[in-house]
Amino acid sequence: MMFLRLLFRNRLAAMGAIVLAIILILVLAIPILPLQDPDVIKTSDRFLKPFSDGHLLGTDHLGRDLLARLLHGTRLSLAVGIFAALIAATIGSAVGIVAGYFGGRIDNVIMRGIDMLMAFPYILLALAIVAALGPGLMNALIAVAAVNIPFFARNIRGITVGLAGREFIDAARLSGMGHGRIILTELLPNVLSTIVIAMSTTVGWMILETAGLSFLGLGSQPPQADLGSMLGEARSALITNPHTSIIPGIMIFLIVMSINLLGDGVRDALDPRLRSGALSRPRAKTIVDRKGEVPADDGKGLLNLQSLDTQFHVSNRVYRAVNDVSLFVNRGECLGIIGESGSGKSVTALSVMGLVASPPGVVTGGAVRYEGEDLLAAPYESLREKRGNKVAYIFQDPLSTLHPLYRVGDQLMEAIQVHHKVTDAEAKQRAIELLMSVRIPNAESRIRNYPHEMSGGMRQRVGIAMALANDPDVIIADEPTTALDVTVQAQILALLDDLRRERGLAIVFITHDFGVVAQLCDRVAVMYGGRIVEEGTTTDILDHPAHPYTKRLMDCVPELGGGKRALAAIPGLPPMVSDLPPGCAFAPRCDKATEACRKGEIALSGSETRAVRCIHPEEEIA
Amino acid sequence: MGPYILKRLISAIPVLLGITVIVFLIMAMIPGDPATAILGSYATPENVEKLNRDLGLDKPLISRYFIWLGNMLTGDFGRSFSLNRPVLDEILERFNATLILAGTAFVICSFFGILAGVISAARQYGFADKAITFVVLIGISVPSFFLGMMMILLFSVNLRWLPVSGMYAIYGGGDLADLARHLVMPAVALAVVATGVIARLSRSAMLEVLRQDFIRTARAKGVREGRVLYGHALRAAMVSIIPVLGIQAGFVLSGSVFIEIVFQWPGVGRMLVDAILTRDLLLVQGGVVFVAACYVLFNICVDVAQSLLDPRIKT
Repeated sequence: MMFLRLLFRNRLAAMGAIVLAIILILVLAIPILPLQDPDVIKTSDRFLKPFSDGHLLGTDHLGRDLLARLLHGTRLSLAVGIFAALIAATIGSAVGIVAGYFGGRIDNVIMRGIDMLMAFPYILLALAIVAALGPGLMNALIAVAAVNIPFFARNIRGITVGLAGREFIDAARLSGMGHGRIILTELLPNVLSTIVIAMSTTVGWMILETAGLSFLGLGSQPPQADLGSMLGEARSALITNPHTSIIPGIMIFLIVMSINLLGDGVRDALDPRLRSGALSRPRAKTIVDRKGEVPADDGKGLLNLQSLDTQFHVSNRVYRAVNDVSLFVNRGECLGIIGESGSGKSVTALSVMGLVASPPGVVTGGAVRYEGEDLLAAPYESLREKRGNKVAYIFQDPLSTLHPLYRVGDQLMEAIQVHHKVTDAEAKQRAIELLMSVRIPNAESRIRNYPHEMSGGMRQRVGIAMALANDPDVIIADEPTTALDVTVQAQILALLDDLRRERGLAIVFITHDFGVVAQLCDRVAVMYGGRIVEEGTTTDILDHPAHPYTKRLMDCVPELGGGKRALAAIPGLPPMVSDLPPGCAFAPRCDKATEACRKGEIALSGSETRAVRCIHPEEEIA
Repeated sequence: MGPYILKRLISAIPVLLGITVIVFLIMAMIPGDPATAILGSYATPENVEKLNRDLGLDKPLISRYFIWLGNMLTGDFGRSFSLNRPVLDEILERFNATLILAGTAFVICSFFGILAGVISAARQYGFADKAITFVVLIGISVPSFFLGMMMILLFSVNLRWLPVSGMYAIYGGGDLADLARHLVMPAVALAVVATGVIARLSRSAMLEVLRQDFIRTARAKGVREGRVLYGHALRAAMVSIIPVLGIQAGFVLSGSVFIEIVFQWPGVGRMLVDAILTRDLLLVQGGVVFVAACYVLFNICVDVAQSLLDPRIKT
């Protein structure tokens, strides 16, 4: 039922279903329709135009009624196509299941054979089979079914191999079931939907292919005619009497198109990966749709986020990933943003330069000011000019964040050349210097490497070098050391620290690691459930955490040489930002929570340099 | 690169042998006595026996296969009885025409297919995307032979822009411009379905790639959106588009059979259909093996192109 509802929600698929249903009904009703005999020849009435007396669609070169021939031909074409699809699906699936289930030698031999068959341009194979068996509709059917077997065998084998290693198959084997029974009762039900998808996408081709063979005169033989041979016979009169060609041609087109539409619909409805509708492409810049007033510039910091709201709109749900977040960072300063995964820290960072994937992301309020200018209101081109030039990013996991098909040198040169008109040679020289500045040995030869040829630490340094390419004022580093081992991590942190002291860089450092914060950051903001729950200088926060969440988060960190101490995990899970409870988002996991914590808005209270969003703070803040 | 090409060429040998085995086995399925079929009304017992001996049909299946294979390797594909000339000569002459037709169609479908797919992805859910999706839907449902016939009606009969059929004009002509005029319609008709398939796939490949992290990196660097789409994204999407081009080349080659019939194009496809109807089996056998072998070699080129594009493939 679910399947049918999904199918018919797809308007095109429904249209295909309707057209196909009309054709099927007409064809099934042939015995009761007042049709003339399709094979009665009356040469005196040859080539009558459509809508002539007694012949709604006219007559062909032998004076036979075209309407009758069309419906009979359609019936034949559909029957042959569907039958060929059934044969191909049955044999192909059987071969695929056997190969996938037994594996090893049998699989190898069968798949080699399938590969050979697939090496043919497929109509050629069909022609060879027809040549051997002789022209005729049955032989054309066999040929078309045969050339489509490899397609099914391959698809079904792929699925079966995955299933054959699963526990329920082992269980069936251990319980003493024979191979035949396992295949029929355990495997077949699980591959059936794949077979149906494969059939729905191929039955259209097979109708087209048999029609094609008949068109060539290798399929149905006179006086019997399917749509293909009707078209083939009409071809000689194409110029003088085009209606005899157009009528069967349009019928083939309608059949194939309606089956294709329906097949696409079936595939979308059965394939869960496509069902989520997640395949929409992110735009060049996050959509900004601010509901309230834009906050006035309060002149803080070089980069200043004011009451930023970023949400994800997925079907009817709203995920409030960033909720009223205000942050700023000065030149030469390092601001840490800390929190569990899903706390909104990365989305906050990406919102700055409009890099939140959109759709589904939307900035719904607040302002992002760089030197006082509101970037959310900036046109795309002015934002693009600042990206990487004024504000640069370092991302986590550089294996997926560097382009896999470009040399790292080219990626660095591109970063330079989008903002500066320099020659390739100069850009290359600069790229080498950048790699040396992040202490990559043999930089001259390393620029010719692809990302996959480098180690994780090297790639991360390339990511940093790229961020430094244009000497930006602000660097936003999103967990740049998470994937690295500790020695490399320490080197990279030291490197960033040097850079900010040497160049006066402002750094926004996102992490979930207090150790890193202690080493690098001047100030820290703690995020939970899309909000800032505490902020202050690093020493204040580390020595006197005020929010219960911050304290619990620090209790999770083991200390080297700190003696034996129970590591306290925080019970429960971070909240879903689509369904935030009223009051404090941490209340359900907090042992100090009272009734008051669960209602109303709790404000971030304190000074500009030290604030906490809690009714029962661990320590009163100064 | 050299060793990689060599490796692929060597790995093609078993595939080529497999092709010959399959074609040979299909031909061996022929019911009845081929000599009787060939000789028709001349099939006296003596004649049948002599022809069987000439064709080597009195020997066991396996030795017949190896004789046939050995002959082919020395360039002897046998003699076509209906044309009374060596099969290979006929094939080579015809293959040229097929190559021009199918090659042009392949260029058309690759170029326009990828272009349409990329535009469609770049303007997802916009007017261009919807228009392209609709046209593609029609394109992949039209039988190429019907499309060809309709094109003849429109462009040759009604508008009189292009010649109805053939490869060159009978009088005059023979130059490149003449060939191009004759080539336009069949090449386009042949390319339409493959263009649609490639466009669909390119669109989804692009959408898949545009969600990757490295696209965000490119944007974070300040790369212009045009270059993000047509440089970074398309380059990565090509990795999944190129194998489909290889598959579609097979469909284009297949489809040329129908188009050659509709447009009277003097290619291998028409030769094969004629040979089947006259039961000239040596010609069928030779033609199928030859075209299939060319397709195998073409697919090696596709693999090499893929390895040039994607440095992660071990060469």
